Amino acid sequence: MIDPALLPHMRPDRSFQGLLLTLQTFWANQGCVVLQPYDMEVGAGTFHPATTLRALGPKHWKAAYAQPSRRPKDGRYGENPNRLQHYYQFQVILKPSPANLQDLYLQSLDAIGIDTKLHDVRFVEDDWESPTLGAWGLGWECWCDGMEVSQFTYFQQVAGFECAPVAGELTYGLERLAMYVQGVENVYDLNFNGREGAEKVTYGDVFLQAEKEYSRHNFEHADTDMLLEQFRMAEAACAKYLAAGEDGERHLMAQPAYDQCIKASHVFNLLDARGVISVTERQSYILRVRELAKACGAAWLKTEAGGGAAA
Amino acid sequence: MPDLLLELFSEEIPARMQAQAADALRKLVTDALVERGLMYEGAKAFVTPRRLALAVHGLPGRQADSKEERKGPRVGAPEAAIQGFLKSTGLASIEQAEVVKDAKKGEFYVALIERPGKATTEVIADIMPDIIRTFPWPKSMRWGTGTMRWVRPLHSIVCTFGTDIEDPEVIRFEIEGIVSGDVTRGHRFLAPEAFPVRRLEDWLAKLEAAKVVADRDRRKAIILNDAKDLALANGLELVEDEGLLEEVCGLVEWPVTLMGSFEERFLDIPDEVIRATIRANQKCFVLRDPRTGRLANRFILVSNIAATDGGKAIVAGNERVIRARLSDAKFFWDTDRRTPMADRLGKFDNITFHEKLGAQGARIGRIVTLAQEIAPLVGADAALAGEAARLAKADLLTEVVGEFPELQGLMGRYYAQHENLPPEVAAASEEHYKPQGPSDRVPSAPVSIAVALADKIDTLVGFWAIDEKPTGSKDPYALRRAALGVIRIILDNELRLPLRPLLVSAARQILGEEHYEHNPHDALGVESFADRLVGEIIKGLTRRLAHVPRGEESTAAAGAERIEGATLSGDLAADLLSFFADRLKVHLRERGARHDLVDAVFALEGQDDLLLVVRRVEALADFLGTEDGRTLLAGYRRAVNILRIEEKKDGVAYKGPAEAKLLKEAAEEHLAAAIETVKHQVSEEVKHEHFAAAMGALSHLRGPVDAFFDAVIVNAPEAPLRANRLKLLDEIRSATRGIADFDRIEG
Repeated sequence: MIDPALLPHMRPDRSFQGLLLTLQTFWANQGCVVLQPYDMEVGAGTFHPATTLRALGPKHWKAAYAQPSRRPKDGRYGENPNRLQHYYQFQVILKPSPANLQDLYLQSLDAIGIDTKLHDVRFVEDDWESPTLGAWGLGWECWCDGMEVSQFTYFQQVAGFECAPVAGELTYGLERLAMYVQGVENVYDLNFNGREGAEKVTYGDVFLQAEKEYSRHNFEHADTDMLLEQFRMAEAACAKYLAAGEDGERHLMAQPAYDQCIKASHVFNLLDARGVISVTERQSYILRVRELAKACGAAWLKTEAGGGAAA
Repeated sequence: MPDLLLELFSEEIPARMQAQAADALRKLVTDALVERGLMYEGAKAFVTPRRLALAVHGLPGRQADSKEERKGPRVGAPEAAIQGFLKSTGLASIEQAEVVKDAKKGEFYVALIERPGKATTEVIADIMPDIIRTFPWPKSMRWGTGTMRWVRPLHSIVCTFGTDIEDPEVIRFEIEGIVSGDVTRGHRFLAPEAFPVRRLEDWLAKLEAAKVVADRDRRKAIILNDAKDLALANGLELVEDEGLLEEVCGLVEWPVTLMGSFEERFLDIPDEVIRATIRANQKCFVLRDPRTGRLANRFILVSNIAATDGGKAIVAGNERVIRARLSDAKFFWDTDRRTPMADRLGKFDNITFHEKLGAQGARIGRIVTLAQEIAPLVGADAALAGEAARLAKADLLTEVVGEFPELQGLMGRYYAQHENLPPEVAAASEEHYKPQGPSDRVPSAPVSIAVALADKIDTLVGFWAIDEKPTGSKDPYALRRAALGVIRIILDNELRLPLRPLLVSAARQILGEEHYEHNPHDALGVESFADRLVGEIIKGLTRRLAHVPRGEESTAAAGAERIEGATLSGDLAADLLSFFADRLKVHLRERGARHDLVDAVFALEGQDDLLLVVRRVEALADFLGTEDGRTLLAGYRRAVNILRIEEKKDGVAYKGPAEAKLLKEAAEEHLAAAIETVKHQVSEEVKHEHFAAAMGALSHLRGPVDAFFDAVIVNAPEAPLRANRLKLLDEIRSATRGIADFDRIEG
C-alpha cells in the first residue's frame, strides 16, 4: 500500500520521481546502500561496478540505485510510445540472496501501489545472460497483469567466475512501471514531478528532445571512425591498466580498468546501431568485450573489496 | 498399507520443465524403493509452479529380512584369511560360522548373515537427499550461501508416511539446512499461511481450500472448459492451442479465466500475426467468430488469482499490453508492405547463412538455378520457378517475421499477394518450407514443388559438403526432415525425378570455382574429403599419365582437376543418396513396407529415382506374397547356396551364360530357354516400368527352376557338365537382378 503520509506530488502513482524515491526508500529500509547512477554510459544497470564487480567474491553486499541505460539501437526518434534509447533501470543487488527475496520484491511492489489481491503478479521463467559480461543467471521476468515490470535473477556466473555466495538481482523498468501505476499509454505523457497544471513537468518535457537528437546521432551521425578508434583505445587501455595494477597476489587498479571495459561495450553498441558491424564481426566484438570483463573480474577478485587481498 | 507423501516446495518452476520433472520424481523415487525391495501399488506425481510432489500408495512398513550364506576359507586356513572373512561378514569370532564338509574341498567355513529389513521410513530418509541433490533439471542453480542445486530456491519439504487410520509419521531428513516436515503453504497471494498436512487426500483438500489445484491435468481441464464456456457465452469459439494450454497451466496454481478485447481496427492484421502476437508475448488464447471464420477482437487470459474486483483491473492491464503489442504488429505489417520484396534482396549478400556456406544471397542464387533446373521435370514454368525461388526467402527480412520467426513463408505469401505477384510465386513463398513435419501438408503446385525441392536439396548438399551430417540424435540443421521432405514431395506427387543429377549440380554450385579460389582448403570442409580425393587424383593421374605422351603433363594436370571436381561432387552425391535411401526406408517402414525389400531394390546400381524404387518395392512385395513368388525365392536361394559353396570350394566365380552344347538333360535345356525368355521379358517390362508385369515374367521361372532341381544333379561327376550347370545357376541369379537383389530379402 502506498504510504498515506506521502504528499500528493510524491506519490509513486502520480509522479515518476515519486516512484523512484519510493523504491529508494523501500530498499534503504532493507539495509541497502543507496548509490547514485554510475557516471558512465552503460547498457544496463548490471554494468555498474556495484553489481558486476561486487557480485564477485565472498563479501556480502546490498545496494540499490537508479541507472540510466543507453540502448542506442532502441532509439525511435521519439515516435514510439514504449521504446527509448535512454531509459531508467532501478537496480537492487543483495548478496547473498536472502531466502525471502521474492517476498521483499512483492512488498516493494506494494509500496508503489500494486495490490497483489487486485493485480495478477507472476514469475515467468526468463534466464538472463550477458554475453559481453560473461555472465548468466536464472530467474524470471515479473509480470503484472501481463506486463513485464521487472527482471529477477540469481547470478550464477559473472565475468566467467562462479558467484559464491549467489547475489540476487532485481531490475525494475522504471518507465514501464510508472506508466502502469500512472495509467498512461505513452511514455512521454508520464507525469515526472507529480505537479498538476502549469507546474506539471512530463517525461516528454524532459526527454523527448533528447530522444530525437540521440536517435539522429545513434543511427546517422555518430562518428564511426572515431568510435572504431575509441574501441581500440579502450581495449588497449584496459589491458594496460590491468597490467599496471598487478601487484603479486593483489591487484591495485581493477576499477579503472573496468571503466575501459564499460567504455568499449558502449562504443560497440553505438557501432552496432550505426550498422557498421557485420554479423560475423559482431560476435568477435562481443568476445573482445567479454575478454576485458573476464580480466577485470579476475583482477577484482584480487582486490580487498573482491575478498582476495588479506588485510 | 501405508502411503508416502512428498512435496518439494520452491520458488516458481519454469512451466516448460514441470511435466518432465513430475515424471522424473515419480520414476526416481519408485525405482529407488523397488531397488531396495519395497514394492508399491501405485504412484502419482503432482506439479504446480511452486511445488513438485509425489504420492506413493501401498508401501510395506519395512523391508523383508534377508538371509545370506557366504562361503569362507577352509578350516585351518591362514589367520589373515580368517580375519578377512570375519570382517567382511561381521561375525565376532569364527565359532559363529558353520563348518561344512565337502567331498572334494574338505571342511570350510560358512557364515549365515541375517539382515533385518529396515523400516520403510528409514529407507526413504536415506534415499531422498541424493535424489534431490542429483535431480535431472534441464538447468539448475545455486542461491544464497549454499552449494546445493535446484531449479529455483527450494524452501521446504513435506515427507509423511502412514496408513489412513493412524497419524502419519513425518520422515525427517535434512538437505542444506532444510529439514523435512509436514508443513506447506497455500497460494502465494490468496492463502499464503503455512499449515500442516497429513496424507495425500488431506494435502489435496487443504491445498484446494488454500486456492491451489495441485493436479496438473485438472488445471488444464479447468482452463480448457472455462475458456470454451466463456467463448461460447459470447457467441465465439476458442482457438484451441495445446502448446499454450500446457504452458499456461504451468503458470498458475489457481486458474481464473477472463476475457478481454482489443480494438476492431487491429483485425486488419492477418489472423496468424494477431495470434502469434497474443500467444507469444501474452500467453493468451484467441477466439474465432463462427460467422466469419476469422478471429474476433477478443482474447482469453488465464489469471492466477481470483481478484477482489472480479478481475477488472487484470483485464484492463492485459488489454493495455495487448493493445501496445498489436500496435507494434500493425506498424510492422504496414511498414513491411511499403517495401517490395524484391527491394530487400540486396541485404541477403551481407547476411551469413552459415559460416562455411557463405551468404544467404549466394544461397538464394543457387536455389534459383536449381529450381529452374527442376522446373521442367515437374511441369513448372522455369522462369516462374526462378522468380518464386528468388523471392521465397525475402520475408525473412520483414519486421513481422523478425518478430515472429514461425510466420516465415506465410508472411511472404501475404506480401506477394499484396504486390499482386503471380499466385504461383505467392504460394511458393509459403509452401517451399513444407512439409515441416510428418503430418504437414506436402506442396502439390509445380512451382512450389520446384522451389521446395531446390531449397531442401541445396541445404542437404551444403551441409554434406561441410561435413555437418546428422549423427545419432543430433541433427541441428534438421537434415533428416529435409530429406524426408524431398521423399514425400516426390512420392506424394508421383514425380519421376532422378536425384543424382540434381545432387551433383547442387554440389557443383556449392563447391564452385569461386570458393575454390578463395578458400582452397578450409572453408568448404574440403579437408574432410581430402584423403579420398588425393587417392582419386593420384589414381586418375597415373591412369592419364600412362596414356599421355611425355611433355604433355599440363593436360594431365588439368584432367586431374576435372577428376577432382567430378569426384568430390560425385562422392557427395553417392553419400547423400544412401542417406536418402535410409530416410526412405524409415518412411516406408512407417507406412508398413518391408525395409529389406527397399534394401533389395536400392542394392541395384544407379537407383536414384525414388518413385521407381517405391514401385519396384511394391511390385516385389506383391510378388513375394504369391505362391509363385515364395517358391521362386526358395529356388533362388537354393541356387545361390549351391553356387556360393561351389564357388568357394573352387575359388572361382561362375558366370553365365551356360553353353548350349553342354546342356544334357531336358530340364536343363528347358531352364536355359526359360531364363533366356524371362530375362528378355523382364528387361523389356522394366524398361517400360511395368514392374508387376516384370514380376509376372519372373514367375515363369518357377516351374523350370523346380523341375531343374528335381531332375538334375548340379555337381555332376563330369567337370565340364558341372561347371556349365553352375553357370546356369548364375543365370537364375542374374535374371532376378533385373528386379532386385534377392540376397537382401529376409524371411
